[in-house]
Amino acid sequence: MLYINCPHCGMRSQNEFSYGGDASVKRPELNKEISDNEWDDFVYNRKSLRGKHLELWQHISGCRQWIKVERDTSTHEIFRTFKANEEIA
Amino acid sequence: MTQAFRIENGGLINKDKKLSFKFNGKTYFGYEGDTLASALLANGVHLVGRSFKYHRPRGFFGAGVDEPYAVVQLYRNGETEPNIKATEQELFEGLEAKSVNCWPSVNFDIGAINNFLRIFLPAGFYYKTFMWPKSFWYRIYEPFIRKAAGLGVASTKHDKERYEHKYEYCDLLIAGSGPSGLAGAYAAAKNGAKVILAEDKPRFGGSLLTSDVNIGNQSGKDWAEGIIAELKTMPNVVVKNRSQIFGYYDHNMLVMSEKVSDHLPSTKKYHPNKRLWYIRAKEVLISSGSIERPIVFGNNDTPGVMLSSAAKEYLKVYGVLVGRKPLVFTNNDSGYETAIEFKKHGVDPVVLDSRKNPESEIIDEAKNLGINIKNSYVVVAAQGYKKVKSADIASISEDKKQLGKIENIQCDCICVSGFWTPTIHLASQSGNKTKFKEEIDAFVPGQSKQNEITLGAANGVFSLEETLKTSFTAGSELSKKITENDNKMAIPNVVEKKSSQHDKFWCVPLPKGKNYKRFLDFQNDVAVSDVEIALREGYRSIEHVKRYTTLGMATDQGKTSNLNGLQLVSEIENKVVPAVGHTTFRPPYTPVSIGAIVGREVGKHSKPTRKSPMHSWHEKNNAVFVDAGVWLRPRYYKRGNENLFEASKREAKNVRTNVGVCDVTTLGKIDVKGPDAAELLNRVYTNGWLKLPVGKARYGVMLREDGIVMDDGTTTRISENHYHMTTTTAQAANVLSHLEYYLQLVWPELNVNVVSTTEQWAGAAIAGPKSRDLLQKLFPNSDVSNEGLPFMGYMEGDLFGVKARIFRISFSGELAYEVNVESDYGNFMWEKIVEFGEEFKIQPYGTEALSTLRIEMGHVAGSELDGRTIPFDNALEGLVSKKKDFIGKRSLQRSAFIAEDRQRIVGVVPLDKQTSIPEGSHLVKDDKAPLPNPKLGHISASCWSVEYDNPFSLAILKDGKNMIGQKLFAMSPLKNKVIPVEIVSSHYVDPKGERVRS
Repeated sequence: MLYINCPHCGMRSQNEFSYGGDASVKRPELNKEISDNEWDDFVYNRKSLRGKHLELWQHISGCRQWIKVERDTSTHEIFRTFKANEEIA
Repeated sequence: MTQAFRIENGGLINKDKKLSFKFNGKTYFGYEGDTLASALLANGVHLVGRSFKYHRPRGFFGAGVDEPYAVVQLYRNGETEPNIKATEQELFEGLEAKSVNCWPSVNFDIGAINNFLRIFLPAGFYYKTFMWPKSFWYRIYEPFIRKAAGLGVASTKHDKERYEHKYEYCDLLIAGSGPSGLAGAYAAAKNGAKVILAEDKPRFGGSLLTSDVNIGNQSGKDWAEGIIAELKTMPNVVVKNRSQIFGYYDHNMLVMSEKVSDHLPSTKKYHPNKRLWYIRAKEVLISSGSIERPIVFGNNDTPGVMLSSAAKEYLKVYGVLVGRKPLVFTNNDSGYETAIEFKKHGVDPVVLDSRKNPESEIIDEAKNLGINIKNSYVVVAAQGYKKVKSADIASISEDKKQLGKIENIQCDCICVSGFWTPTIHLASQSGNKTKFKEEIDAFVPGQSKQNEITLGAANGVFSLEETLKTSFTAGSELSKKITENDNKMAIPNVVEKKSSQHDKFWCVPLPKGKNYKRFLDFQNDVAVSDVEIALREGYRSIEHVKRYTTLGMATDQGKTSNLNGLQLVSEIENKVVPAVGHTTFRPPYTPVSIGAIVGREVGKHSKPTRKSPMHSWHEKNNAVFVDAGVWLRPRYYKRGNENLFEASKREAKNVRTNVGVCDVTTLGKIDVKGPDAAELLNRVYTNGWLKLPVGKARYGVMLREDGIVMDDGTTTRISENHYHMTTTTAQAANVLSHLEYYLQLVWPELNVNVVSTTEQWAGAAIAGPKSRDLLQKLFPNSDVSNEGLPFMGYMEGDLFGVKARIFRISFSGELAYEVNVESDYGNFMWEKIVEFGEEFKIQPYGTEALSTLRIEMGHVAGSELDGRTIPFDNALEGLVSKKKDFIGKRSLQRSAFIAEDRQRIVGVVPLDKQTSIPEGSHLVKDDKAPLPNPKLGHISASCWSVEYDNPFSLAILKDGKNMIGQKLFAMSPLKNKVIPVEIVSSHYVDPKGERVRS
């Protein structure tokens, strides 16, 4: 079970969180004309990365904040965690 | 009663307490402190089971968790449990156990014919033989294999025992209470660290219980007892015996199974049977020790052949002689320690040492005791079927290839020592890449992966002095990092006998003209010849060899077989062992009861139960409840001998003619507040929200980004910046997370807060033509006329002193209202509604009538919003705004979603107006068409229309828009029904929606 550092609450076990997928996906702006391919990329197409992955988790049984977690998908090592609105260098 | 193999003095058992037990129906006696294995051995019982494949007789091989043979079916307090190791099961009064994998009895086992057919049962036999003809698999092969296979029978009864889970955090977790574990725990505890010390056996001390050493001028055993006694007094230390750490998971989470009650005749009141500990440790010290490995020789599976360390443990811990004419076969000094113990108890062992001229203090002691030692000698084969009777022995050349003349010597047990294999499972599970250590011919942990450190024998260090030194230091250093205390302590002086180098020899060659089975894996019956076949047939990867031969795949997970298997592959392949690599160690280290894994989350406890504030009223009024997610909702209120069908029809009919009241507390409720609340709703729902005035409600549909309907419900503008959103019962949590996602991540610029208020409000739906009359009685000071409170209107009211919210919304399609009060007043509200409703013939109605009412009206619910439908499919396209963008809008342009013949909701009526259509039935054009009959749609919901008194269903039908009036067939192979039906509008009752506005 992962041990995730919630930037709001501190170290918490995985069972307090729910997974939210790839954090690098950007929703197209509202009212913007976009192609089918662009929309498909946003809705469906995801890379199945091996290695460092920036992903979303929601601290659903805690502060209910969505957070970003930089995690290695093969070793499960967590490098850094960020608040939802935090700039990632 | 005397026990033939129990010594007068010695052992750690309590001879004052005699226990009786049954094995295979026969009664025996043992003592408190015995295991089932030691008690049987004390009685001279060596035959305990039959092997998995060949059904060869099986005895005891080890004395603990590594035991591959002595797996029994246990009977305790009216329960039965399979896959119990007799070497681990502590004896209690009245214990009963039976052998497994034999029929009709362990002494005469018909399956043993496999032993003589074994040339037909080589490695990969199942893969090769049972592949064709294909149809034979289900009818013949599988049932046969199932009957033949298995190690015991799981109980089919409900398990009365209770199992608990516990979450724990600590600074230092220590796996194993041998010398390194004790030293590490003691040093860390003295530094004030929070320590958990876990030992899988009942007794602490590990190897110190059986080895002849001195620590700080005491015997090893006494030293261990002293340390444990002191640790137990320290508040920062948890000491647990009978507790196996079986898994090392991510981020230093380890799981431990504590056997709380297995050693007792029955579980004490309020105690669990087992307790599963989830332990998050800052640091982990793995001191899991090592397991002796066998030397491979002919018929090395015969009962009476066992590990020399096990023989020593039976003697020193349990006071049991495993034989009176022991033969010790060793390639290192450990065998001598066992021989010395035998000799001390008046038994004359013979030692065969594969080495030519070994010299050490231990060997000197053996010589001084006059023990018969034969150097450069090996056991070629054990002789005897159900028990060792003698051994064929021979001298062996220095290159270990040539055997001398074979002699036969009498013996009643063969104690084998092929040196030691560190128990690296936990380290490996943590992700540690192990490395091969040449000096000990075994793998040891490499670079730490998580916060784990492996010490002592588990790390391939077999000197007690070094083990204690490194472990005291590690315990002290690791704890210092955490507690910043640094209590230096003196490391006690150690007296131990020095041993000499072991012999890199593990397998005795076959003598000319003999084809003895030489077993590697004792539980799965994998012999040297099986691995040879696998390699001949081209299997190279050790993982493939493992799966093809099943080497190391039994319940003992190859604790005694892995390394010898690797040695064999490396020899045949002419590779070094590290190049072959080992198979992956996966948790659990040893079998764990399913009950312990499940814990208390069984039956009603598998999920929380939510009840509305009116629950007790429903109970008192004969409600029959149904699970709605985690909620319990009244399905119907039973009157007299009514069944579900009759009651729900009565309740629904009463709503259509008079007035009914339904508990709708379970609906999800979300408060949406903030200056941008309208903008959020406008983006979340498909319809427009910017112009909704205060005091009005609106029905909305929200989509996922892929265009599929996620949820629906009404949202009411309570005040300028305050909206009250309702969701379906099932989607309440998902919708909240969905809103939070967009507010926190996508549109953080929106100034809106959302919070669940589901539990804050109790809700009652009052529906029926007389609902307004009733409402007026409940709120005499409010204007609830059609003008004062029009359809989709909202107002606040005073319910006899309680503040209430009144919404004019309708799910039933009748004139209807929903009244909400704070949850604490829910019951008060409900009782008032029922009291004042009496004159209007009010009846409460449950979810079944609620369904009937909404189906007749063509209102969609979860069975239509099933994660596969878009707004059009539900006839909700009128709510999809063309002017503005919203979540999922772009997906609605997908070609499949705008196809001419897109599926759509329709009504379905059976032609005979009699036969109810089972939900899930497929709609087809031709009921006689060959299978697979093309499916046009499916029945999503069915009811008995109270309006027309005939069955009515909703369906999602291909090209539904143009199918009205068509005759189709509803087919349910499950219910074996074919029903001719007519497709009608989904708005079966009041298609113009006049009632809700009346």
